[in-house]
Amino acid sequence: MFAYILRRLAATIPVMLVVAVLVFLMLRLTPADPAAIIAGDNANAEQVAEIRKRLGLDQPIMTQFAIWVTKLAQGDLGESFFFKKQVVELIADRLEPTVSLAVLTIIIAAMIAIPLGVIAAYKQGSWLDRIVMGFSVLGFSVPVFVIGYLLIYVFAIQLNWFPVQGYQRLSQGFGGWLQRLILPAFTLSVIYVALIARMTRTSVLEVMNEDYIRTARAKGQTEMKVLVRHALANAAVPIVTVVGLGIALLIGGVVVTESVYTIPGLGRLTVDAVLARDYPTIQAVILLFSLVYVVINLAVDLTYTIFDPRIRY
Amino acid sequence: MTTIAAPAEEAAAPAPRKSSAWIGALKSPSVVIGAAIILIIAALSIMAPALGTIDPAEINPAFRNKKPGAERTIRNDDGTQTKFEHRFGTDSLGRDVYSRVIYGGRVSLIIGITVATLSIFIGLIIGMVAGYIRWLDGFIMRIMDGLMAIPAILLAMGVVSLSRAGLTAVVIAILIPEVPRVVRLVRAIVLSIREEPYVEAAITLGTPTPILLFRHVLPNTIAPLIVQATFICASAILVEAILSFLGIGIPPDVPTWGNIMAEGRSLFRVYPHNILYPGIFLAIAVLAINMLGDGLRDTLDPRFAKRV
Amino acid sequence: MLSPASRTVLDVRNMTVKLPPGADRPHAVEDINITVKAGEIVCVVGESGSGKSVTSFNVMGLLPRGLKTTQGEILLEGEDILKASKERLRDLRGTRMAMIFQEPMTALNPVMRVGEQIAEVLQIHTDMSRADRRKRVLEMLNLVHLPDPERLIDAYPHQVSGGQRQRIMIAAALSLDPALLIADEPTTALDVTTQARILKLVREMQERRGTGVLFITHDFGVVAEIADRVVVMQKGRVVEQGTRDEILRRPREPYTKMLIAAVPSLKPPPATKATGAVMLSAHDLSKTYGKKTFLFGRGRVVHAVKSVNIEVRRGETLGIVGESGSGKSTVARCISRLIEPTGGKIEIAGQDMSKLTASGLRDLRRSVQVVFQDPYRSLNPRRPIGASIIEGPVNFGLSKAEAVKRARKLMVDVGLSADALDRYPHQFSGGQRQRICIARALAMEPVLLIGDEPVSALDVSVQAQVLELLAEVKKKFDLALLFITHDLRVAAQICDRVAVMKQGEIVEQGPTEALFANPQHPYTRELFEAAPGRSYMETVDAA
Repeated sequence: MFAYILRRLAATIPVMLVVAVLVFLMLRLTPADPAAIIAGDNANAEQVAEIRKRLGLDQPIMTQFAIWVTKLAQGDLGESFFFKKQVVELIADRLEPTVSLAVLTIIIAAMIAIPLGVIAAYKQGSWLDRIVMGFSVLGFSVPVFVIGYLLIYVFAIQLNWFPVQGYQRLSQGFGGWLQRLILPAFTLSVIYVALIARMTRTSVLEVMNEDYIRTARAKGQTEMKVLVRHALANAAVPIVTVVGLGIALLIGGVVVTESVYTIPGLGRLTVDAVLARDYPTIQAVILLFSLVYVVINLAVDLTYTIFDPRIRY
Repeated sequence: MTTIAAPAEEAAAPAPRKSSAWIGALKSPSVVIGAAIILIIAALSIMAPALGTIDPAEINPAFRNKKPGAERTIRNDDGTQTKFEHRFGTDSLGRDVYSRVIYGGRVSLIIGITVATLSIFIGLIIGMVAGYIRWLDGFIMRIMDGLMAIPAILLAMGVVSLSRAGLTAVVIAILIPEVPRVVRLVRAIVLSIREEPYVEAAITLGTPTPILLFRHVLPNTIAPLIVQATFICASAILVEAILSFLGIGIPPDVPTWGNIMAEGRSLFRVYPHNILYPGIFLAIAVLAINMLGDGLRDTLDPRFAKRV
Repeated sequence: MLSPASRTVLDVRNMTVKLPPGADRPHAVEDINITVKAGEIVCVVGESGSGKSVTSFNVMGLLPRGLKTTQGEILLEGEDILKASKERLRDLRGTRMAMIFQEPMTALNPVMRVGEQIAEVLQIHTDMSRADRRKRVLEMLNLVHLPDPERLIDAYPHQVSGGQRQRIMIAAALSLDPALLIADEPTTALDVTTQARILKLVREMQERRGTGVLFITHDFGVVAEIADRVVVMQKGRVVEQGTRDEILRRPREPYTKMLIAAVPSLKPPPATKATGAVMLSAHDLSKTYGKKTFLFGRGRVVHAVKSVNIEVRRGETLGIVGESGSGKSTVARCISRLIEPTGGKIEIAGQDMSKLTASGLRDLRRSVQVVFQDPYRSLNPRRPIGASIIEGPVNFGLSKAEAVKRARKLMVDVGLSADALDRYPHQFSGGQRQRICIARALAMEPVLLIGDEPVSALDVSVQAQVLELLAEVKKKFDLALLFITHDLRVAAQICDRVAVMKQGEIVEQGPTEALFANPQHPYTRELFEAAPGRSYMETVDAA
C-alpha cells in the first residue's frame, strides 16, 4: 500500500512539472516588463535595472526557471505587484473563506446528487427520471452567477432569510459563518449536483446490465438490494472519479461565486489579480489551485482500492 | 472448384443500416427541440437590426436605469419624432437593454462555434498523432495532463491576462483548456479502434499508415466528435459570459450577455432586469445546445463522449 | 439411471414468447414443450438464434425487457410461475430453482467476497445466523471440490480461476437444494480440460441430490457427455426431442441429422504427405512481454512464446492446438508481423523476415495473409465489402478495375455472388463474412494463409462449410495453411500435421493421424480425454 501511494505520488510529479513550466512561461510571455511595473511610474532606469537584478530577470531563462522553482520549493511565491505584499501572506489570508465554501459545497452536492442519481437509474424512463435528468441539463446550462443572483433575489432580498453578501470568519461564530455561506454553497453546488447525479445514474445503469446483477436476481434478491449492494457498490469508482474531476468545475465556480457574494477568498483574489495584471499572484493562485486539483484526484485514486478489490497496490 | 457448396445460410439483415443512426438522431425530441431553439437564437442575432432594436452602444445619460417598458421619444434625422419602448429597460448608461441582449447573441454564437470548430480540429490532429505514433504519445499526453490539471476557467483567466482583452484573446483563452479534452477523446478512440481486427487486417493488406488512419480510424471519430463539439460550444459560451461578467473578457462597450450582466451587477437590488434578461437568454441558448448534444450522444451512441 | 416414477420438476407447456416489433421474426420461441424430471439432465441444444436461452431465462422469470410470454404455462413442481407474483417468484429463485451462467468471469460480483456471494442466497431465504451461514458456505465449497475453502471463502472473484468461479456459482446455486438447476452454456467460456471437470461436477451434484437439470448448450460433444434426454431447437421451435440415444443415434428430423453430421469427428481422415517447398519456417521463435519498472514497480516478464520451431510446406496445413493462454495466437501474430517477435528467425518462402528493410517487409506482407476469429469485427462496417477486398491489391499497385475483376472472381470462388460486392458487412451472416475475409486474403495472392481460430465464432453447421472452403482453397491456390484452433475436432478434420502448445511451448508435434492415434505427451493425452463426448461420439461416428 505504501509503495503504491509513493508510486502514485511520483506519477503526479511530471504533471506538476508541466504545470510549473506553463505557469513560468506565462510570466515570460507578459507584454509588460515586470520590473518596470514594480518600480512604479517615478522610478528611473537604474532603479528598474536594480529591481530586474533583484528578481533575477537578467539571468538566462533556464537559470531563471531554476531560481523560480527553488524559491517555490521554499514556499517563496514572490511579491505581489499590486498588493505590495508577499503572495504567500495574501493567499494565507484568503484561504479560509474559499476552503469553507468548497467543503460545504461538496457535502451538500454529494448528499443531494447520489440519491438523485440512484433513484433516476432505478426508475429509468419514468417521469421522476426525466425530471432529475432535466434538472441536470439545466444545471449545466445556467451560469453560476445567474443562479447566484436568482437566489439572492429570492432568499435574501424578497424573503430576507439570509444576508445578501459578505463573509464572516469561523472564529467569529459558527452560526454567522454558516448563515452567510449557505446561499453561496447552494449556488456553487448546482453544477456539481448536475454532474454527480448524471454520472451516478449512468454508472448505475451501466452496471445494471452486468451479468452479476442477473446472478443476484436469480438468487431471489430484492430489487432494492440488487441496486444498493450490487449496482451502487460497483458504480462507486466512476462516481468518486467524477467527484474528483468535478473539482475543476468547482474551482471555476468558486471564482465566480465569490465575486457574486463578495466573499474575500482566493477566487476574488484571482479576479483582482487578473484585473491588475498582478502576475506573481496570478501564477501563485494557478499553481495552488492546480496542485489542489491534482492532489485531490490523487486522493480519489487511492480510494479506488477501498471500493474495488481488483485495483491492486 | 465447382464442388464448393453455395452457403446454406441466408443473408442476415436486408436493409442497409448505414445512416440509420443519423436519421434516428433527427427523430430524437431533444435533438429537434435543441436545434430549433439554436436556430431561433441564431436568426434573432443575425436579423437583430430588423427586430426593432436601436444602436446597442448608444449612450443616453438622460434615460438611465429605466424599468422594462419605459417609453422614450426619439427625434429622427428628418425632424419627426417616434416613440420607442425600452422593452427590457435601460442600463446605468441609458443603453437599451433589449437591443444589447439581441445583439449580444452574436458574440456568444461566434465564440461558441469558433471554439468548438478549432478545438475539434486541433485536438483531432494532436490526438491522432498521440494515438498512432507511440514514441510521441508519452510526451504529448504529459503536456495535455499538465494543461488539464489547471482548472479551465483559471487557465482562461491566465491567458486573458497576458494580452489586451478582445475577441481573439478570449477565443484563444477558452480554446486552450478545451483542446486537451479533445485530444484525450480522439486518442482513446484511436487506441481502441487500432485493436479492431479489421484494422489489423488492413495492416496485413499493406495499407500505409496515413491511409489507414484516414480510411479506417477517422470515420469512427466523427460521431463522438460532433457530440463533443456541442458540449464544447455550450461550455465556451458559458466561459465567455463568465469572463465578461468578471470584467476580464470582451471589452465592456461590446454588447455581450456577460457584459450586460457585469454592468448590471452594481444596481442589481433595484434593477434586477439587467441581469435577468441576458441571463435568461444565455441559459436558454446553452440549454438548447446541451439538449442537442445529449440527444445526439444518446442516438449516435458513442461510447466515448462524456462530460468533464 | 432414473426411475420411471420420478416426479416432474419442470413442465413447460405450449410456451410462446413474443419478440418486440421490428425483429426478424415474430416470436422468440413458439409453442415450446419441455419437461424435466427429478434426477434428470435435459439438454436443450441449438445454434445461435434458436431460442434456447430465452427458454431458460423465462423459466427463471428473468426475461429481458421487451420480450413477453403470450401463451402457455411454466409449471415448477406444479406451480405456474408465469402466474406467480413478483414476491413469490423471488421466493422460488434460489430455493426451488437456481441458475448458472455462461460467463463465470462476469457472473460474480467483482467487489464482493466469494463467501458473501454464496451466503447471500442463505441470507435472502433463511434466518440462519451469520456463523451458521459461514459454516454452510464452507460445506458447499467443500462439496464442489474447491481447494482450501477456508482461504477461498474470503477471496474476491478476480483472485480465482474461471473454472473455480463456475464451481462457486454452482455452490451458490445448490446451497438451498433447489429442485431445478438451469445451466445456460456453463462451460462454453471454459477451456476444454476445465470444461470436463465442470461437467463431471454437474453430473455428480445432480446424482447426489436428485436435482433436475435443464442444460443449455450448442455443443453435441457436451450433449453426448451428460444428457439423459435431448431437446433440439431451431429458430424458436422444438424440432425433435427424445433420449440421448434416440437423438444421437437415430435422429429423425433432417435438421438434427445435419447438426450431428456437422460435428467434426475426432478421427482424422488419412492424409498424404506434403512435399511442396517450405513456405514458412520459424526457428526458436520467442515473444516476451516485459513490464517496465518505474521507481517502485516490480518488473515481471511474461514468456508468451518460448522457442517455437515450425515449418509449413506448400499445400500443407499445420494446426497449432492449445487452450487459452497457450501462446498459439501470439505465434500467428508474430508470423503475420502484427507484433514483433523478441527472438528467433522467421523465413517466408526462404526469405528471412528480420533481414528485410521496411519496404521489403511491406512486400512480404502480401505473401502472408490472415483470417481472423471474429467475423463481426474483421470487416470495416462502414465500407462495402468490395472496398475491403480490393484494398490490398490496390495498395500494391493493381489498378482498381483489375482489382474489382479479381474480387468478382474470388467472390464466386468462396461461394458468394459476384454482384454482392457493393453490400455492407452487416448484410451478411457470420459464415458469409468469414468467406469474404477469405476472399480478401486470397486477393493478395499469398503463399501462406493463417487462420487464427477462423471458425470458433461460427455455429457448427456453418463451421463445417467454412472448413471445407478453406481446404478447397488451399488445394486450388496451392497455399501453405497455418491453422490456429482450440478445438481438437476441427484440427482433426483440416490439419495434415498438428503442433500442441502449452504455456508458450510446443509440447508435441507430428502428423495428425499419428498424433491423434497415439498422443505421447501427458498434456496432449489430457486434452484428448477432456474432449466432451469422446467415447460416445466415436460409437456414433462408427454407426
